[in-house]
Amino acid sequence: MSASGGGIAAPVRPGPLAPYLGLFRMRLVRGLAYRAAAAAGVATQFFWGFIMISVFQAFARAGYSPLDPREIASYVWLQQAFLVLVVVWFRDAELIRLITTGDAAYELVRPVDLYAQWYARLLGGRLAGAALRSLPILLVAGLFPEPWRFHLPPDLAQAGLAFVALALAAALTVAVSMFAYILALVTLQPYAAFILLAPLAEFCSGLLVPLPFLPDALRRVLEWLPFRAMLDLPARLWSASLPASDSLRPFALGLAWLLVLVPLGRAALAAALRARDVPGG
Amino acid sequence: MIEIRELRKSYRIRERRAGPGAALASLVRPAWREVEALAGVSFSLSPGEIVGYIGPNGAGKSTTIKVMSGILVPDSGVCVIKGRVPWKERKAHVAGIGAVFGQRTQLWWDVPVAESFELLRAIYRIERGTFRKRHDELVEALGAGGLLGSPARSLSLGQRMRCELVASLLHGPDLLFLDEPTIGLDAVSKLAVRDFIARENRERGLTVILTTHDVHDIEALATRVILIGRGSILFDGGFSELLAPHREKGVERALAELYGELGIA
Amino acid sequence: MGLWFRYARVALMGQFSKRSNLVVVTLAQLFLTLSALAAALVLFGRFGTLAGYSRDEVLLLFGIAQVSFSVVELLARGFDSFSAILAQGEFDRILVRPRGTILQVLGARLEFSRLGRALVGALILAHALRALGPAMGSGGPALAAARYATVASMTLGSGAIFAGIFVLGASLAFLSPDGLEVVNIFSDGGREMSQYPLSIYDKALRRFFTFVVPFGCVNWLPLEFALGRPGASWPAAFLPFAGFAFLALSFLAWRAGVRRHVSTGS
Repeated sequence: MSASGGGIAAPVRPGPLAPYLGLFRMRLVRGLAYRAAAAAGVATQFFWGFIMISVFQAFARAGYSPLDPREIASYVWLQQAFLVLVVVWFRDAELIRLITTGDAAYELVRPVDLYAQWYARLLGGRLAGAALRSLPILLVAGLFPEPWRFHLPPDLAQAGLAFVALALAAALTVAVSMFAYILALVTLQPYAAFILLAPLAEFCSGLLVPLPFLPDALRRVLEWLPFRAMLDLPARLWSASLPASDSLRPFALGLAWLLVLVPLGRAALAAALRARDVPGG
Repeated sequence: MIEIRELRKSYRIRERRAGPGAALASLVRPAWREVEALAGVSFSLSPGEIVGYIGPNGAGKSTTIKVMSGILVPDSGVCVIKGRVPWKERKAHVAGIGAVFGQRTQLWWDVPVAESFELLRAIYRIERGTFRKRHDELVEALGAGGLLGSPARSLSLGQRMRCELVASLLHGPDLLFLDEPTIGLDAVSKLAVRDFIARENRERGLTVILTTHDVHDIEALATRVILIGRGSILFDGGFSELLAPHREKGVERALAELYGELGIA
Repeated sequence: MGLWFRYARVALMGQFSKRSNLVVVTLAQLFLTLSALAAALVLFGRFGTLAGYSRDEVLLLFGIAQVSFSVVELLARGFDSFSAILAQGEFDRILVRPRGTILQVLGARLEFSRLGRALVGALILAHALRALGPAMGSGGPALAAARYATVASMTLGSGAIFAGIFVLGASLAFLSPDGLEVVNIFSDGGREMSQYPLSIYDKALRRFFTFVVPFGCVNWLPLEFALGRPGASWPAAFLPFAGFAFLALSFLAWRAGVRRHVSTGS
């Protein structure tokens, strides 16, 4: 990452993406320092993971289940491991402070695009959180006895696809959560903004209950929404309850949503800034 | 360099009423009050000037600075800085100015100051060689060498202000906005900041607009002052001229009496 | 008691003066409860039963957990956020006043935003009781009364456990100012867990939450009796009082914590 290797450095003028990479890196490095919080988070997530697996598996024993116990366990552990990557509720407290105090406007004295700057810092913060939590959770969960155990996907292709899906999920989650920050900028009520969006996203992405458990009519609708690719797609690919061959359509849809939501968020941010008499964009 | 004509800006402020009944009423139908922050402000600035922009609290100083630094859109009026309208070409405009807001920091709170500088290099896309040269000059001039390894949050106010000044000039702007740069500083830091600004102006022709409540800042730096009160320019000229009628009382008291006479205290 | 009502008055006035905030937090609490309820209903919609319990039987537990948790959070938020009270030096101010510490800590924070959540919990509970009426009323009025009394004692006992967890967490705050997120596992986690019958969980987890933190005594063991299942015996109706024993022990820990704080002065 760091190009400052002493001597005569080759890159002379930083490229157009350099500001955003710099902000992303700064956020990532800072996020990695919050180890105590992450440790407590890991403990909590294990506990929640156990409860969720117990409840789903107990229900699934009652009759035909679209996910078998093994798939349930892998689904839940992957979700818990990468929770901060895919849950809208994970907020950047400092950005929220900038927004509510009005200091966000002062960021505009720098020649950078505000949307891209926020996007970079939010992605960096989430990646740092996930980097600290995911490995301990997955490693330990891989050692649990059945039916709690976290399993690897059946083959490398499926695993690779799951990772690509996870990257798409993170990109989409940031794009979706951006609307909550923008709403906070308009209403100056960050808590309200998130409480409007977060439970909706959690339900629709399969965070509360895996989507295959939902009534079929509802599930078919949700599969068209952007939330599906925020958790259902990577978790189902990893737990192999969704074969790689069936993943083309959800991937295409997720990507299409990303290409819609980012420009939409940009426009919304510019409009929100203008509403507060701040030059948009 | 700066051309401002008939700049106007008013804010809507939500009126708070007392009592539980009124509280409920304001929840249903909030009452708003118009506050005119800028009521037609005009002035212009030539390159190389240092101008003290003064006036009592709430006079409209910060609003003007915000408009000039491209982070606030006025209701009407003209503002052209170096041939650009700040809020219309924000990115191009801010790339060529520096700004220090004394009450808030532009450094990243919990990383070493040097890291913040590196990030600013990326943000302003400054060539490495240029950056090194300017960085070293500024750090030396402000005596900030020993501070680079500390995070901003652990610096004293005076130390932080030195770093803020470095940060605001790394990209080599020829126009600098200083909004209360000496607020809360001890005597040594105040002098260091003043000397530095004077030198940058003298040697590199830096244009500076300075808002402050410290008359000694003005006395030491500015040959010209612009006095704003209730959103209007009340005086534009030499500082000694402004205070002439009250001179014998000392600058602080002279200014206070002037505010009183103008009815803006 | 007079003092407590003074505290409540002050808190009420303060929170109503920031109305929009109160509304937002109340709504937030409602959403959280409703989304947990939606999850349960979705699962029952697909599978019909859970480990031999019907939807309304589980909703009874659900209502008990929500009502007891939100009421205790309303009343005992001071203990739940005690590390903040300690960090801000507020506790030293409490110590210089000639009243008991427990009352003052209770009075320091009252969260009226939890009322909405308590109301939803009460509605769920009412629905479950109505649906289960025939089963609970069978076998004569005395038995029926005993079953309803058991539901009441389950709710009270469950509240006592949540209060005990908050008090224990506050006592731990005397030892270490941070890293107390672990307490949330037991409070939030306990609420989440006790929404479902404990029989669905692993044996080790079940034992821990019966003999150490006695959720099993308020949620699972007395349930069979309350539901009027054949073969369930009435002594189970007294088990929820284990919750109060847990609370009493927590207050011992609190006392030790206060004594330590006073003697070390930190």
